[in-house]
Amino acid sequence: MKIHFRLNGSDIAIETDPCRRVVDILREDLGLTGTKESCGSGECGACTILVDGESRLSCLMVAGQISGRKITTIEGLVSQGEMHPVQKAFVDHGAVQCGFCTPGMVLAAVDLLRRNPHPGRQEIRRGLSGNICRCTGYQKIVDAVEAASRDTGDKE
Amino acid sequence: MENQIPVIGRSQPRFDAKAKVSGTERYAADYYPPGMLWGAVKYSDHAHARLKKVDTSGAKEVPGVVAVLTCEDVAGANRVGIPPRPDQPVLADEKVRHRGDPVALVLAESKEALAAALDLISIDYEVLPAVFDSQEALMPGAPLVHSENENNILHKGKILKGSAKEALKECAAVVEATFRLPRQEHAYLETEAGVAWVEEDGTLVMIVSTQTPHRDRMEVAHALGLPPGRVRIMAPYLGGGFGGKDGISVQCFLGLGALHSGGRPVKIWNSREDSFLSSTKRHPATVTIKLGCGADGALQALCCRLFLDTGAYASLGGPVLTLALEHAGGVYRIPHVDIEGYCVYTNNPVSGAFRGFGATQALAALEQAVDMLAVKAGLDPLVFRLKNALRRGEESACGPLRTYSTGIASCLKTIMDHPLWLEVRSWEKDAPPFKRRGVGVAAVLQGVGYGPVVPDYANAKIELLEDGRIRVYSGVTDMGQGNASTYLQIAGDILSQRFGDMEAVQPDTARTLPSGSSSASRTTFTYGNALIKAAGLLRERILQRASLMLMGAAYTELALLPGRVRHIPSGRDLPLGLIASMLDSSEKVCVYSYVAPVARDIAGIDENFRNMGYPHLIFSYGAHLARIEIDEITGEVTVKSYLACTDAGRVLNPQAYEQQVHGGIVQSLGYTLFEDFQVQKGEILTTGLATYILPTAVDVPDLLSIAVQEEEENGPYGMKGLGEVCANATFPAVANAAARAAGRRIFEGPLTAERILEVLAEEHKGE
Ligand code: FES
Ligand code: FES
Repeated sequence: MKIHFRLNGSDIAIETDPCRRVVDILREDLGLTGTKESCGSGECGACTILVDGESRLSCLMVAGQISGRKITTIEGLVSQGEMHPVQKAFVDHGAVQCGFCTPGMVLAAVDLLRRNPHPGRQEIRRGLSGNICRCTGYQKIVDAVEAASRDTGDKE
Repeated sequence: MENQIPVIGRSQPRFDAKAKVSGTERYAADYYPPGMLWGAVKYSDHAHARLKKVDTSGAKEVPGVVAVLTCEDVAGANRVGIPPRPDQPVLADEKVRHRGDPVALVLAESKEALAAALDLISIDYEVLPAVFDSQEALMPGAPLVHSENENNILHKGKILKGSAKEALKECAAVVEATFRLPRQEHAYLETEAGVAWVEEDGTLVMIVSTQTPHRDRMEVAHALGLPPGRVRIMAPYLGGGFGGKDGISVQCFLGLGALHSGGRPVKIWNSREDSFLSSTKRHPATVTIKLGCGADGALQALCCRLFLDTGAYASLGGPVLTLALEHAGGVYRIPHVDIEGYCVYTNNPVSGAFRGFGATQALAALEQAVDMLAVKAGLDPLVFRLKNALRRGEESACGPLRTYSTGIASCLKTIMDHPLWLEVRSWEKDAPPFKRRGVGVAAVLQGVGYGPVVPDYANAKIELLEDGRIRVYSGVTDMGQGNASTYLQIAGDILSQRFGDMEAVQPDTARTLPSGSSSASRTTFTYGNALIKAAGLLRERILQRASLMLMGAAYTELALLPGRVRHIPSGRDLPLGLIASMLDSSEKVCVYSYVAPVARDIAGIDENFRNMGYPHLIFSYGAHLARIEIDEITGEVTVKSYLACTDAGRVLNPQAYEQQVHGGIVQSLGYTLFEDFQVQKGEILTTGLATYILPTAVDVPDLLSIAVQEEEENGPYGMKGLGEVCANATFPAVANAAARAAGRRIFEGPLTAERILEVLAEEHKGE
């Protein structure tokens, strides 16, 4: 079946089985390996992508569900070589260690800041509680999201 | 950051962060070579059984299946593991010894074909009696996990000093308790993964998620029957390791697959369920402690019995036991000790290396006993610890002298002066309704490096490239701790180059030099020391050639600057690219081999025990404080505040340092409170992240980290290993806090809500 969708700002069409998992389409068919898989069952958040701006788990979605939607993966967050403010904050504040949770964590944070541009630390923790990180202890991730919310706030 | 010369001691973002945060870094799991096949393993259906027949005919008929391989297809020794006990089959031959034992390897065009084929492999077993408890496995007549052995003991060890049993009788206060520590799963986010192929010249090449590429190369070659020179292993950045990728996971499957794929590349990426089933775990431990002090509060005697369940294969069980015993006396001066332990085979999952490497379990027990003894002797737990804490030059509980930096007293004093401790009584009293509050402390240590026998070396290699940039060839895996970035920091400091002018090559047995494993709190210590020297040699060479190019200008007239050498008197700049063009390729590379100093103690130390890593010479130290609240209704424990004081020598990059401290604490908080890898009669009941509960962002408070920066003279820039010591204090600190809050102690981890409610209920029974 042919599926049309918008991927990181460009319209694309792919021929695929409608039941194929979105994480496999991204990683295996389209070579976008920035989206990670860690549990395959909706428990870790490593496979998070944005669907029409909202964070979704690509390991639980199938091709049919993205038809006609706007998909953003971690690769699409970088525009013209410039990192998104959340990505920059992750780098500056030491929120990245092994980095395997990072793409999902960043996209979850982008979605969180869209819904709540100035969250408190506790709100950030709650907002990211669906994403597991085994390395950082979360504190520097919270620092990064807090800083990103300050920076975007300044621009508003 | 890319435009700055790194400064030692100042916080700076990690060099590897940008590619990771942009999704462009390629991990082993991210390779999908064209024409590849998928591989996956059929695991045993029993915890202990003789293999009578493995029928692969049905599986082979599944469309898309290219090969179904069994032990008969393994041309080499079909064994992996560390000498002296490489006892783990690549594919089970005569027996299966735990549920995670691999029996067959399937290669297929698609994951669907793979799954169908795995289901169709039919195995005929003769089920054997099995043993699932380390102490039962020691009983006469217990089923033998390895029939060729006389008993189930993998390794045993003893540390005797003075006469502990008699001394205990003389003590003014004595406590005795048995602690049970759970099995912990590493749960790195990137499950075991890799790709492999065979080159035209017959070389087997793999890109795999491993902490030990150079050692793997030897093991793969031996197991599969290839000359080591025909195996090349590359270890890109790992999506986490923590000890779980110290040694062979999927490497031999990848290699075997690639040798039977008809020339096609093979990819294996374990599902989370297969990862849980087959990967190594932290050893479950039973630790019995008798500890006594005199009327003055000085520790006098320690008796400790320690049993580790090492599961079906040796893995690193021997060294883990050795370190557990070495750390069982903690950070203290104790004149009389009698420590004995056993690392025992069972038909459970294989236990192996895990951050802390046995010290974690021993200290979780000891530090609780120390608190119990303080209570019994009527002493403040912090004053009690400080009074008994080792100072540099003193004899440790085990015997060897502490001849190098020993900062535990500073760590304890830092806690003592901190508001979180000073205001503790009033904070405890202010507990809200239906909550109970408690504060706990613990003091810990971790040996740095491999110990006295296995050479603890690193070979640094650094190159001036054609374009004048600097390349560091890292021989040690970066599993997330950031050592590659630290290496660039060191090179940049010595060569005055900016991050943006440098690059790091990740371990590759064909390009980087053997430098040991990414483990044992040695990664920056050992390679960093080698790199300081190698970078110094390159600096010298660059200046020397610049001097010649400037008609013999004196070194004092030259300054090495980013991308160039300046001749100060004339203001003339020589670009490094130009200097590189004047060097022969053999001159552009500098290497240096560093071997870490080791303990020279031999008196009274059993040779086998020494071979396994006892004793260490250099230790890192830490003291942690946890303030916790117990919910009387739900039994839930919440950590309200947490302070970690660490002596890991000088700090090279405070941001990276804090990363380790935070991560170590939270990983161990999971160990303390929720992580419970359930295995019943060898059956794995915990099959995924739905039932294996890891800490999330809401489960932890903001953590405070203070570095007690005592210089370690052997360390690069005065540093010592950090990655493990920060993970050892959380269990006992939180358990001590919980015991205070609940008024009773729980002797079995993790401290789940159910267990807390049970002890609270006991209290009512008592009333
Ligand atoms: S991989 Fe999708 S939630 Fe874990
Ligand atoms: S950085 Fe490793 S899992 Fe988050």
